[in-house]
Amino acid sequence: MEAEERSSQASALIDARGLTRRFGDFVAVDGIDVTVGPGEVFGLLGANGAGKTTAIRMLCGTLAPTAGSIMVAGQDMARHARRARGQIGYVAQRFALYGDLTVRENLRLQAGLYGLAGGRSRERIQWALTHLALADVAERMAGMLPLGYQRRLALAAALLHEPKVLFLDEPTSGVDPMARQQFWELIYGLADSGIAILVTTHYMNEALFCDRIALMDAGRIVVEDDPAALAHRSLSTPILSLKSEGGGTLVQELRQWPEVLEMIPSAGQLRIRLRGGCDATALASRIRGLADESGVAPLKLEQVDPEFEDVVVAILEASQQERSA
Amino acid sequence: MNAVRLSLIRLWALLGKEFRQMLRDPRMRFFIIVPPLVQLVIFGYAATFDVRVADVAVVDEANIAASRELIDAVAATGHFRLTHVGDMDAAEHLLERSDVRAILRFPWDFDGTGQLQLIGDGSDSNSAQLVMGQLSATLRDHLLQNRQPPLELITRAWFNQNLEDRYYFVPGIMANVVLIATMILVAMTVVREREHGTLERLMVTPLAKLEFIVGKLIPVALIGLFDVILITLVAVYLFDVPFRGSFMALVAGTMLYLMSTLGMGLLISSYASTQQQAMLTAFFFLMPMVILSGFAFPIRNMPEWIQYVTYLDPLRYYLVVVRDLFLKGGGLASHPFQFGMMGLLGSSALGLSLFRLR
Ligand SMILES: Nc1ncnc2c1ncn2[C@@H]1O[C@H](COP(=O)(O)OP(=O)(O)O)[C@@H](O)[C@H]1O
Ligand SMILES: [Mg+2]
Repeated sequence: MEAEERSSQASALIDARGLTRRFGDFVAVDGIDVTVGPGEVFGLLGANGAGKTTAIRMLCGTLAPTAGSIMVAGQDMARHARRARGQIGYVAQRFALYGDLTVRENLRLQAGLYGLAGGRSRERIQWALTHLALADVAERMAGMLPLGYQRRLALAAALLHEPKVLFLDEPTSGVDPMARQQFWELIYGLADSGIAILVTTHYMNEALFCDRIALMDAGRIVVEDDPAALAHRSLSTPILSLKSEGGGTLVQELRQWPEVLEMIPSAGQLRIRLRGGCDATALASRIRGLADESGVAPLKLEQVDPEFEDVVVAILEASQQERSA
Repeated sequence: MNAVRLSLIRLWALLGKEFRQMLRDPRMRFFIIVPPLVQLVIFGYAATFDVRVADVAVVDEANIAASRELIDAVAATGHFRLTHVGDMDAAEHLLERSDVRAILRFPWDFDGTGQLQLIGDGSDSNSAQLVMGQLSATLRDHLLQNRQPPLELITRAWFNQNLEDRYYFVPGIMANVVLIATMILVAMTVVREREHGTLERLMVTPLAKLEFIVGKLIPVALIGLFDVILITLVAVYLFDVPFRGSFMALVAGTMLYLMSTLGMGLLISSYASTQQQAMLTAFFFLMPMVILSGFAFPIRNMPEWIQYVTYLDPLRYYLVVVRDLFLKGGGLASHPFQFGMMGLLGSSALGLSLFRLR
């Protein structure tokens, strides 16, 4: 078992241990371990400021870690970051190509920077233009393109040199859902070809697309698992789903109850998250009683299984409570 | 071998991008061509310290043959426009209002020898010095000539025989334009990349630090050289300033000088995180560099300790090289001290910035 784990680490394309970064007194990334193997899509999920970008910058070798070790594509990033660069593709959180160059010029530059020239360069650029649906805008200034195109261009630029490892920092933020779907299909395709992919996101539903996700909060990884397993974790905080018409006063009343943690409107229903350890059935009948009193009917009220988002929120909440304690 | 080839591919790609961006940016095109020409024209024509015809108030209290003779002699030079006034109060009034640049007074007791008084407008010390110099030279010449036997004193300013400041200023403008354009351009292009996040993007590619710096410096250095050639051509063909030295020496001197200006630009970029900061820092350095260069104020008139500081100013050496190449002549070997110092300062600046930029 131990030997197996060690061999999987040896073949890992990204392997960081105890990765830490301080800015003054502030700890932006606090001793995280990240291991990603070939063909794997690893998601870093966390709110803004959780430390995702800082972690990715260290893994790419553009920011020196305060502590920890990083191996990427078999190279020690602390010592020989340059050796690994030819194997790394990086899509930064914000558009970091040149707005005053055309799409093709940007790609040509990137190809050159990775040492591609002549026919090989033209071939790869053509591949990128076709594969990422950029051919129509090849001669347009990159700065004038809509965000979705810019994101695809950034991805294209990161793929020209056929990297083994791909870092994507919030590649889909600000992009419409359709384009997001397409983006994830591309990412799957790349993973299928054996690339190790580390992607950050703050969209919870996107985390479900990853093979494995790590939930980040305040610089730490609070939980790491495959998303399906995470979704089926039993929660200590039961959830009731409430459907009612004109239950405004009821909702006002429920908000006051100490047992109620949170009420989330969702698809015409109200999801009521209860405090850990309280009896959901008893509470449901109390609510029913209250509804009858105030004459709100018809009423559907039942305990439901937690969804992925409920689990994530609960985990984050527990982590935050632990921090403030 | 393959490593060199890859390095050249990367550098070539970066250079292509730099040139494209530079030529595409209208502000940049403007920056390269217009300021040098505007400076040249303004300095060349309007703001020269040349005193062609100076207004002088004359108070002839003595009013004798000798004083009238001297006044005629002064008028005969054609360099002065004389205004006769009755008394010193009126003359001082004219001087205060800047209607005249100097007062020439023959007191009651002037009898062809004795004292006569010359008052200049010290608020414009450069032109006052010139007017006073010319005026006293004229008077002295005349007085000496009329001695028996007549004595003639010949004075001549070497290399710039008519004391035309334009000749002095063209090289000065050249040094300043190159300094301003190249230092600011380098700082701005690097800081702009940092601001836009493209610098970090470049850092994840195999592009080496040295390749990045060379790729950034070459286009700006070419712009500096272009400006030098542009100014030389305009100066020689439009302003009839002589160019007596070797053109190769001008190019070589400029390249040594560029090492300093580019190095300083890079150094500024390593401290500044926004373009605005870079601009302000650049101006913070520009002012003292220009002042300490001897461009406007002679170095020998500065306090002694400041004179030592001027040795650190690359402008100081370039100014001498360019002035001499224009007015005196000279070649690659004629200014070993200046070339050496510029090389030394340039490599220090570049070395330091290489160390600073990570
Ligand atoms: N260069 C820096 N200097 C100081 N603080 C920083 C720096 N970069 C990031 N931080 C801080 O570190 C925390 C994590 O930031 P970041 O990694 O960008 O988070 P995320 O990408 O998850 O939104 C934030 O609080 C941010 O303010
Ligand atoms: Mg981020």
